[in-house]
Amino acid sequence: MQEAWEGFEGGNWLNEVDVRDFIQKNYTPYEGDESFLVGPTERTTKLWDDVMALLLKEREQGGVLDMDTKTVTGIVSHPAGYIDAAHPERETIVGLQTDKPLKRALHVNGGIRISMQAAAQHGYEIDPSVVENYTFNRKTHNAGVFDVYTPEMRACRSAHIITGLPDGYGRGRIIGDYRRVALYGVDFLIKDKEAQKASTPQVMTEENIRDREELQEQIRALGELKMMADFYGFDISKPAKNTQEAIQWMYFAYLAAVKEQNGAAMSIGRTSTFIDIYAERDLKNGTFTEEQIQEFVDHFIMKLRMVKFARTPEYQNLFSGDPQWVTESIGGMGVDGRTLVTKMSFRYLHTLETMGTSPEPNLTVLWSTKLPTAFKEFCAKASIASSSIQYENDDVMRVYHGDDYAIACCVSSMRVGKEMQFFGARANLAKCLLYALNGGVDEVSKKQVGPKFRAVEGDTLDFDDVMAKYKDMMQWLAGVYVNSLNIIHYMHDKYCYERIQMALHDKHVHRWFATGIAGLSVVADSLSAIKYAKVHPIRDEQGVIVDFEIEGDFPKYGNDDDRVDVLAHDVVHQFMEYIRMNDTYRNSVPTTSVLTITSNVVYGKKTGATPDGRKAGVPFAPGANPMHERDTHGAIASLSSVSKLPFRDAQDGISNTFSIIPGALGKEDQVFFGDLDLSGDIEIENVVPCCDCTDSSAPEGACDCQ
Amino acid sequence: MAQKLFEGDACAATSSYTLGRIHSVETMGTVDGPGIRFVVFTQGCPMRCAYCHNPDTWAVNAGSMVSVEKLLVEFESNRQFYKSGGITVTGGEPLLQPDFLADLFEAAHAAPRGRIHTCLDSCGYAYDERHPERFDAALAATDMVLLDIKHADPAGHRELTGCDPQRIIAFGNEIARRGIKTVIRHVIVPGITDTVEECEKLGRLIAPWRNVVGLELLPYHTMGIVKYEKLGIPYKLDGVPPMDKTRIPELRDAVMRGMRAGRAEHRDAYGA
Repeated sequence: MQEAWEGFEGGNWLNEVDVRDFIQKNYTPYEGDESFLVGPTERTTKLWDDVMALLLKEREQGGVLDMDTKTVTGIVSHPAGYIDAAHPERETIVGLQTDKPLKRALHVNGGIRISMQAAAQHGYEIDPSVVENYTFNRKTHNAGVFDVYTPEMRACRSAHIITGLPDGYGRGRIIGDYRRVALYGVDFLIKDKEAQKASTPQVMTEENIRDREELQEQIRALGELKMMADFYGFDISKPAKNTQEAIQWMYFAYLAAVKEQNGAAMSIGRTSTFIDIYAERDLKNGTFTEEQIQEFVDHFIMKLRMVKFARTPEYQNLFSGDPQWVTESIGGMGVDGRTLVTKMSFRYLHTLETMGTSPEPNLTVLWSTKLPTAFKEFCAKASIASSSIQYENDDVMRVYHGDDYAIACCVSSMRVGKEMQFFGARANLAKCLLYALNGGVDEVSKKQVGPKFRAVEGDTLDFDDVMAKYKDMMQWLAGVYVNSLNIIHYMHDKYCYERIQMALHDKHVHRWFATGIAGLSVVADSLSAIKYAKVHPIRDEQGVIVDFEIEGDFPKYGNDDDRVDVLAHDVVHQFMEYIRMNDTYRNSVPTTSVLTITSNVVYGKKTGATPDGRKAGVPFAPGANPMHERDTHGAIASLSSVSKLPFRDAQDGISNTFSIIPGALGKEDQVFFGDLDLSGDIEIENVVPCCDCTDSSAPEGACDCQ
Repeated sequence: MAQKLFEGDACAATSSYTLGRIHSVETMGTVDGPGIRFVVFTQGCPMRCAYCHNPDTWAVNAGSMVSVEKLLVEFESNRQFYKSGGITVTGGEPLLQPDFLADLFEAAHAAPRGRIHTCLDSCGYAYDERHPERFDAALAATDMVLLDIKHADPAGHRELTGCDPQRIIAFGNEIARRGIKTVIRHVIVPGITDTVEECEKLGRLIAPWRNVVGLELLPYHTMGIVKYEKLGIPYKLDGVPPMDKTRIPELRDAVMRGMRAGRAEHRDAYGA
């Protein structure tokens, strides 16, 4: 066994790249509480103060501190950069995207004009020679896509029935297994990739040629990764020997990815339990103290907080801000029943206290009812203090992805290093319903965008008639949508390939073909109104339906009412069936998502009045949320409606944005008599802190808190 | 004329229970009893408390009719949320419908998937001490009572609620006799119930009830005013500011002090 692996239990991971096996054989589940946590060190606090000062300056300058306009970014494009160049020793984990902190890199492979816009927005101009080169000599992803788009696709795009397509920005949603670099060192991974390349079929089909070229690009990227680490004085050709190196190696791999790609989501994976194995060994051997280990974690998270990209105002509108989605998935349960919570899970979350709250990295707890109680309580406390933790349902996702998956972006789950996703924006199903009513004519522009099917007639909408027309229109939309995405992902692979991220994947990658739905609750309520009330269309002088008059009441999605919830369920299922009828690029497996977390506003703005009574231009509800103010039964009924949507059809995620004032979560003050009240003469019989001590609703043994 | 049914309640016509007249349901109640609770708001109330924030539940002939079956189906479909909670009936005044209350709570206790904890939130005023038998079944199936005492002083009580407190005390005595765990609630209104004296007096009033397991002082808020404007009902506490929350601990101590004193006197008098 390699010296770096001394003390580790062997297994299949010794013979082939198998990080999960390494974790399972070596990790130490932790069921205790947070009392072991320490920090921050003075060094961390001072360093973070410096970063905060830079971030403040960046905000004062209107969002960008500095931008590279000459050097096109790549893994080895820039020399080493430090937060404090005069004192690199202040950082226990090093590496920046460019030569200076918060200086934004110049990404052009996605599209040169988009990069120019992003620069211009912040008062910068890209060097003319770069512009010339990427206009005439080197084609971009964006140029490739628009060479091939059909007129119909362009029309759908400008009518916003399909929006947010990654034809001008990096698709993201790919998580390299950055842990591999720490565990194996780069040389082992290069050897593995070389063996993969040697094992491709002999006959040079187009597919085979592409595979071989990609594998060679991956090998080249791994070589560049080694070179980049060398700029910082590290040799990462061999495995990491301790906690600090493991974090550093892993971070270098991630850094290479963000230097190469400006992806819509650049998530880091599921790293905490992996790193904990090194920390446990170092603590046992006395290599590092708890304080040192927390410092490494703090400095690592600090670097993730500094990841930035140059983006256009349109992009920021669509995503309502400038998110990087550096998502780290924490905790969860193993398939063998042991918890995957380790001390490192606590240390990662502890950074919200050592360095204050931050939206990035997007710390995501994979929540299971079986998580250790002490960890649940710690999460609750950290959430209350920071409002910065995302929770996702491990019990649902583990069934599909096993116990070594991670979240890309906000909810897209994938097995690390084994699955990737072709990200695919959203289809506006509310607008699609209006196209069904208007025979393919856009209700805003009045142009014939969809196929010229027969429009609805008469002055009352008939449910069966509308449903039949809606299905036809959905089928058409699914076709245009999937084919647009096929073009996009072909061109992305060709001109903007994620070399280092794919180098940290297996040879045989399971590819998800992600699609998305916007306006689901509008559609469900509209169909419900047509079915259970009377909806009269109002036509303009050209005969286009532009508004509706509703007579009577109807069940509304969000009230746990099956009459309408089943309509929402069926629309998701039906649309997904139409998606599946199309060929998808590289035999990827189609899935969909219902998670417009912020872009619901933009989609609503471009969509006319709908039969549920929503007026033209009014925002949709986010994700799978019920429409605003239509749920009258309280939160649980609302959540129940959402939970009826078929995860099988929407495996890429269903989101429900939910805010609640603290007072509505329970009493702030003491209600039941406690020990203090009992002092003195008051004797209380039958003290009940909560009813589950005595008359629980749950059958015995069914309560999680025991 | 046919009664309006709650959301097309399909069980109402064939229900084997007394139908309830309700205002609405709230599937995530977190402030009316322990845990997360399924809360049923009954329609109709005999009191007219000046600070009531649900004046839309006053009228006894409004609302819609619902079957016990329908309510339990809604509860069961989300049972996992209510693991450490249960059902709470509030209002309006639930004791105006003792038969419905009894049927709902008995059915909750007998639920096939496990006993459901039952909680009654009441002002007690609809209790009739001359006919305790009318309430026997309902109270027998009640696991916990949230009892609102509006004012410790009879005259103050009349002024604030338009009602005499006698029936409420009788109800308190009855649930004490039955030993139903009870949380006393008391709304603190500036200038009306925010004095140490009033709170001590409340303590003495509830001191004999050994079933009291909790005390909740609710700071008066003005969020209900909108409803009055909508309903066109004059708002009696117009101009009264929301209660300063920071004074609550002090007043809670006062109630506890009164309770201790009351029990000590009781012990001295009876040599307990």
